[in-house]
Amino acid sequence: MQERIALTGNEAMALAMKQINPDVVAAYPITPQTEIVQIFSDYVANGRVKTEFITVESEHSAMSATVGAASSGVRAMTATSSQGLALMWEVVYIAASNRLPIVMPVVNRALSGPINIHGDHSDTMGARDSGWIQIYSENTQEAYDNLIQAVRIAEHPDVLLPVMVMMDGFIISHAMENLFILSDQDVQKFVGEFKPHRPSLLDVDNPVTVGPLALYDYYMEFKRQQAEAMRGAKPVILEVAKEYAELTGRKYGLFDAYKLDDADLAIVVLSSTAGTARYVVDELREKGIKAGLLKLRVFRPFPYEELAQVLADRKAIAVMDRADSYSAFGGPLFTEVRSAMYDAKKRPPIVNYIYGLGGRDVNLDHIRKVYNDLVEIARTGEVTQLVNYLGVRE
Amino acid sequence: MANLKQLSELEGFFTPGHRMCAGCVAPVVVRQVAMAAGDTPVVVANATGCLEVASTIFPYTAWRCSWIHNAFENTAATLSGVETAYRALKKQGKINKDIKFIAFGGDGGTYDIGLQSLSGAMERGHNMVYICYDNGAYMNTGIQRSSATPQFADTTTSPAGKVIPGKVQWRKDLTAIMAAHNIPYVAQVAPSHFNDLIAKVQKALAVDGPAFINALAPCPRGWRYDTREGVEMTRLAVETCYWPLYEVENGEWRLTYKPREKKPLVEWLKKQGRFRHLFTEENKPLLEEFQQRVDREWEKLLKRCGEA
Repeated sequence: MQERIALTGNEAMALAMKQINPDVVAAYPITPQTEIVQIFSDYVANGRVKTEFITVESEHSAMSATVGAASSGVRAMTATSSQGLALMWEVVYIAASNRLPIVMPVVNRALSGPINIHGDHSDTMGARDSGWIQIYSENTQEAYDNLIQAVRIAEHPDVLLPVMVMMDGFIISHAMENLFILSDQDVQKFVGEFKPHRPSLLDVDNPVTVGPLALYDYYMEFKRQQAEAMRGAKPVILEVAKEYAELTGRKYGLFDAYKLDDADLAIVVLSSTAGTARYVVDELREKGIKAGLLKLRVFRPFPYEELAQVLADRKAIAVMDRADSYSAFGGPLFTEVRSAMYDAKKRPPIVNYIYGLGGRDVNLDHIRKVYNDLVEIARTGEVTQLVNYLGVRE
Repeated sequence: MANLKQLSELEGFFTPGHRMCAGCVAPVVVRQVAMAAGDTPVVVANATGCLEVASTIFPYTAWRCSWIHNAFENTAATLSGVETAYRALKKQGKINKDIKFIAFGGDGGTYDIGLQSLSGAMERGHNMVYICYDNGAYMNTGIQRSSATPQFADTTTSPAGKVIPGKVQWRKDLTAIMAAHNIPYVAQVAPSHFNDLIAKVQKALAVDGPAFINALAPCPRGWRYDTREGVEMTRLAVETCYWPLYEVENGEWRLTYKPREKKPLVEWLKKQGRFRHLFTEENKPLLEEFQQRVDREWEKLLKRCGEA
């Protein structure tokens, strides 16, 4: 049974957390994630969850306490944004290395400086090599659905990796949208009873040493296993999505391809901007221009083979990054998509657009300009400017 | 209280198979804490530092109990997560054992980089005992000054030079800071006075809520003493009143040991290479200043404990 209600992104994430009903949550407020913590505190105060809530004094301690709890045979969660994620950084890596199935909503917000509270992907893109699975959501519905699926992905014995689920700060976190929600019972049934796959610290009769020192003689084997777990995550993500589709009718993959099959021109993008781009695709299609869209859902593991397959036959591709990597070689999504295309049978020209930093609006005209540029690139087969900045005063 | 012989026969949760330096007093502190815990099931959390790196070199471990290391500054936060998971499972009826939670951190991981995490955990009231093994510097990285380093000590980042005679500042009074958190139990201990140490750890384990214990744990490399004299270094620190033994139980300050005769500070200082530069003619005033400060701090403590 599903119910249709209107919620903001933060409300939807908090609701999903309530329905997951974790044993321990340790969290700290930060704009634009704060509401998740507030709403969840309310659930705790009114006995609507079984969760023990730790009101930590920082995000560093939020992730540290979550690691402690997740090492003790319970389901543990936290949530953050931007500077909060940056402060957690050190322990974010440890959570992945210790193979702890922690699930964390991240409400994307630009990293300082200058200080800014609005949405871009610089926070989570910085954590792209931390060993966490990364799932990006376009809207409130996806944020809700992704968070519930993330629990199953993280805890799968072939994976045992932490998962961060993203949505765009303010654009989604604070915008009211209609969405379908499951009953508490259905979510409980879907995520299932927590079965610890790691030895628990609280099993005092079978003591375990967690987080030892591993030098050049063992460190690399730990890292190799982590890499293998990330490799193993892809089929699990698809398997969980399939099961979720049976329950909800909503289908999820590694990415969502929109009118891409026969498209000449393609935009690759993450999160809420996909909605704007989809509108422009329809507009161009009406004019007979073969435009298409690829919205990436899973950034870690990076689905390079699948991406190459669906992008190979395009005549021109634009990759849109809501974060710069300051490599002087474009944004992180661009360099990875471009690298994925290296082995493709055909290598269409690919151009990068960095946009929307610090929450700068990206409107229909911006997307129209990108497709216009692609028309020219497709015609000439040449990219004159590899990395472009959209909607900025130059 | 058992005698030393009986205590030494207890197996405890920390084995002798660790790789701490000869003459290091940190493992002595841990062994005495283990003696105090006896058969009580414990989970230990350990900050990055000498004790951690020298006791869990993968695939070996010197810990017979459940043990977790997360990072340097977050031991208290990490253990608060473990303790909360325990409470969650207890409430759900999934665990029925009584388990105690003990954190070990050096002075770097406790006084300095871990102070926020510790303060947070204490304020939130987690049922844990945090034990700082205070060796008075960042010994693991090679003897850099911390806020626990005694004034005038020669360390690699407060070297005794031609114009600056070692560390300039007086040490941070962490034990008093922890007492100011109004937690049920705070104490200062030294392994030379093992009965006092064990009694305090047992008290700390028994209270409902957070407890903090500051344990003096000399480092032969940093302090530069004869490795046979590690525990003697703590005895002298107590006898000279540099490191008084006291407890703060529910806000009540109590001196647990009063030297019959307060020894001159130099008796402690002269055995340590880190203070050698003080024993020159020109640095004589510094020695006097040091003694006066110790006297003042001692008087202050006597007043707090209602002894003056």
